[in-house]
Order: sequence, then structure tokens, then C-alpha cells
Amino acid sequence: MAQKVLDALKSHHAAAIEHTESQHGDEIVWVKRDQLVPVATWLKTDPAMLFDAPVFCTCIDRLDWQPQGVPPSMRWTEDKPRFEVAYQLRSSKYRYRLRIKIAVPESDPRVPSLAALWPAFDWQERETFDMYGIRFDGHPDLRRIYMYDEFVGYPLRKDYPKEKRQPLVRRDDLPMNPIKVDRAHPGDK
Amino acid sequence: MADAQTLKQLVLGRKEAQDLSDTEHDLPPDLMTVNMGPSHPAMHGTVRIVLTVDGEKVVKSDVQPGYLHRCFEKESEHATYTQVFPYTDRLNYVSPMINNCGWAMVAEKLMGLTGSIPKRAEYIRVIVSEMSRLTDHLTCVGASAMELGAFGPFLFFLKCREWLYELLEKVSGARLTHTYVRVGGVGKDLPDNFAEDLIRTLDQTAKVMIEVETMLNGNKIFRDRMAGIGAMTREDAIATGCVGPIARACGVDYDVRKDYPYSVYPEVEFDVPVGTTGDCLDRYLVRLEEMRQSISILRQCLKQIPDGPILVDDPRVALPPKKDTYNTIESMIRHFKHIVDGIKVPAGEAYAFLEGGNGELGFFVVADGTGRPYKAYCRSPSFVHLSTAGQLIHNHLIADIVPIFGMINMIGGECDK
Repeated sequence: MAQKVLDALKSHHAAAIEHTESQHGDEIVWVKRDQLVPVATWLKTDPAMLFDAPVFCTCIDRLDWQPQGVPPSMRWTEDKPRFEVAYQLRSSKYRYRLRIKIAVPESDPRVPSLAALWPAFDWQERETFDMYGIRFDGHPDLRRIYMYDEFVGYPLRKDYPKEKRQPLVRRDDLPMNPIKVDRAHPGDK
Repeated sequence: MADAQTLKQLVLGRKEAQDLSDTEHDLPPDLMTVNMGPSHPAMHGTVRIVLTVDGEKVVKSDVQPGYLHRCFEKESEHATYTQVFPYTDRLNYVSPMINNCGWAMVAEKLMGLTGSIPKRAEYIRVIVSEMSRLTDHLTCVGASAMELGAFGPFLFFLKCREWLYELLEKVSGARLTHTYVRVGGVGKDLPDNFAEDLIRTLDQTAKVMIEVETMLNGNKIFRDRMAGIGAMTREDAIATGCVGPIARACGVDYDVRKDYPYSVYPEVEFDVPVGTTGDCLDRYLVRLEEMRQSISILRQCLKQIPDGPILVDDPRVALPPKKDTYNTIESMIRHFKHIVDGIKVPAGEAYAFLEGGNGELGFFVVADGTGRPYKAYCRSPSFVHLSTAGQLIHNHLIADIVPIFGMINMIGGECDK
């Protein structure tokens, strides 16, 4: 349905688009990392697009990607970027749906934040950071959301063992320690 | 009885002489930090809000979910597609059938089975989904009313919810964690006399709804606590990703059942209620009207449901008949592979979504051709709605957090995954 969107993207932002694809009726556009914010701004504001509603933001870790039934060239190797950050958008006027994907290498897991454009991505980017360790540049408040601040590692990465357990050891030196309460009350001990 | 000074000392916990006088020093003018939750009697679910209050007014808040995180996504990556169904039951545990359907839909989308599910199975899915929507809204409205001091409506609505749970138990065998839907259809057919039982329950529910509306709609306390509280504009609702009854109360006419029709929803007639003010009262009214629409959908479905198979006849997803499993070696092996290796879903990725009790509930799955999802992600409406809570309670009184939170209807299991 949104093939029109992919065509428009290719004609307006040819330099920023790596490639486009459609899978099971979902339209996907691969955007270069440094071009994400201009492309996203255009998608949100262009009168023929109007992607005003954010749907979700997540990440795919390709470390164990050994798909069956497809050519071996599809497999993940160390020279390919390990992470893919996916943003799903919806246009409430035209009912388009689009998934933006950004390839992110393990050595530099950074993506520009879209929280300023769509406030819903504020928490979802925090979740992605919490689970996959992707840093969102320009995010107003990037800290863990499900896990506690003392948690070490990123649990949804493929190299984090499923059975691994971590005891919660409180550390008062962390800046955002949730146990710490401002003693604004002068009489409080 | 303690005299005024002792009382003050008890309340304020301070002994300095100037603090005990009736001057402006009595209540310090500075801001105070208050923890609400994670276990608080007036909040459903375990969520913690660190409030900075100026007197009783909230000036800053930090909403912290995650106390119910049970690694849904990590566990799903290590389970077969069929084994994920019990996990989805525990996402939104007030309307598990809808989660079941959502998970089945994403697997079907990846396998190209969407549209080839037998009609009867689709109707059964719609019936159990709408019953789940009823239980979801009954719980939300009933619990919110109770938190505002109206205990009667809570008992009335929970009574209705129990009738529906009993019926769902007859259908699936479990009261709450149904695991009823399968990839390609549903687990078993509806029980005998289901239609008569459901119609009787719907009649009773409609009566109880009138009773509850009589108790709440004209109630001055209830209206004062709900009207004008936690209002959100239409633009904010869209930009913050709100969906479902919350967005519709703000005037966003978005309902997945109408905008991206799935299953047999195009074959039934229903309206999508839309509010105007976007405050808690509108959210309550939208939910009540949605319940009425659900009852109407259920009545139509019971009239239109055809006979026929309840599982698609496709060896990739359907277990061989039990008779063959016990008697032929081929079927036995197929059964074994199906259970142990799981349903083979071809490599690819898909996002399937449907209208849950709280709005667009979606599953994003990356499949690698094996029987287990490579990545499973749940787009939980509660999580997105909870992210707006900080903005909604801003500049409201602490007491207003209770109705705002009740009407956001944050379900811990779904929000924290």
C-alpha cells in the first residue's frame, strides 16, 4: 500500500536511502545513519506523507543470524553491521505504514534520537538502550527503563545468556540511583 | 486526645519552637519528594512514581516501570511459536485472548496464511476477543470507580467479569491464562450451548451496565473527580503514540478494526465512539460505549458464525489427527517434529497488529526459518500510554493521580513485558 511512500522517498532523498524493500506487506526503507533526522523530519512534515503517529522503536541484533532456506550470503558475518534499529511510523491521514531501518555497527552503537520529533520515542528509545545498548544522540534523558541502574550488560543482545542471573547490589555513587531521595524537607533526617 | 501542639509534632515530625507556631513557617515552602508505588493501594500494577510536590501539586514526576519485567522477548526467542502463546497470556492478563490472536496473526503473516484461516475460526477469534475487550473495560472502569470511593460499581462489574471468565473457562479450560488460539485457527471448538449462555450473559451485562451508569454518570463526586482531569489534546495524543480508548477520547478516530480491518470485522457492524475533551470522564464514557459496541458485535457474530473446521488444513501448522498419530508412524513423526522443533516459519520479518483492550497491540517478529522466533518484540499500548502519565499528572493534585492512572489503564504485565 505504501509503495508510493518508498517511491517518493527515493526521488526526494536518493542520497540518504540505502535501499528499500517490502516484506509481507510491510514497507521498509534503509536510511543512512547521518541522514536519519532530515529524512524523518521530511516524513513527518511533508503534506503528502504526514507520518504523525509513531508506532514503535526497537533493535535487531544479527549476531546469531544464520537463516535457513535462504542463500548463505544472507548470513551475518563480522564485516556487516551487527545491529539494526527499526522505527515504525504510521500516517493517520493516509494510513501509510513505514519502517525505517538504520544499520549500526557494534564498534559505534549510536543513532540520532527521534524523540524530539515524536515524543513517544522518548521511552521506546530508552527501552532500546536498556535492552540493546544503542546510544541515541540527542535524547533528553537516556537511562535504563526496565532494568535497574546497577544492571551490567544488555539483556536482549544475543551474547547475553538467557539463564544469566545478576544480584542487585545497590550503589549510591550512581547519578540516577532510584533509592536516593532528595531531602528537600529541612526537618527530615 | 492529643493537644494541637503534640498533634503538629506528630504530623510534621519537628520539634523546633518556631515550627510549632501558627506562622508561615508551619508548612515549609520548599518542594518535597514523595514516592508513590511501586506497591500502592490506589495504583493498579507495580509502577513507581517519584513525585516532586509543591504542597499537594505535582511539579515534577518520574514514572518508573519495570517492576514486573519477566523477559517476555528473551524467553520468546528461546521458545517455539506455539510455546509463546502462554507467555502472551501473561502480557495483558485482563484480556489474554486478544494477545493470543495477535501472536497467531504475526506467525500467520510470516507464513502467508493470513486470509486462509477458516471462517469459523475467525469468528471464534472475534467472539473471544470481544469478550476479552469486555472484561478489560469492565475491570478498568470498575477498579477506577472503586479507587474514587464507589465500591458498588466495582462489585457489579467484577460480577459481570466473572460471568465472562466462566464462559471463557468453558471455552478454553482456564479462567485467565487461556492459551486458546493456535497458529492457523483455534485450539478447540466452542462448547455446547455456548451461544445461549453468552446471550444470557450479555443480557445480564447490559442490565448491570445501566445500573452502574445510573450510579456513576450523574454522581457529582465521580464527575468532579473525572471531568477536566488529565486532559490531552488531539495532537498530543497522536504524537505521543496514544491509541485505543485514550486516543479516541481525545478525538482521534483511530481503531485498527476499522482502519486496517482484519479477521471478520468487515462483516460486522459497529461504531467507534470518539470523545471531545480528552479528559478522564471522556475516557470513561468511551470505554462504556465500546462495551456496548462489543456486545453488539458479539450478538452479530453469534448469528453469523458458520459451521466448519476450526484449524487451517495445512500440514505446516496443524497437528495430524490424533487417530493417525497413534496409528501411523509418519503422523507420529510429524507430531513429534511439530511439538519439538516447532512450526517452521520462513525467514523474514513482519509486524502484525490488532485492536487490543488498550489500543493497537502489535508483535514484530524476525524469523530465521527455524521453529523459534529470532526476535520477538511486543508493541504494548500500556507502555506507550504510561509514558504520557508524567505529562498528564503535571500540575494536578496528588489525589488526581488516582483517576488519571486508572483511566490510562496501565496493565503491568503488558507494560513491563
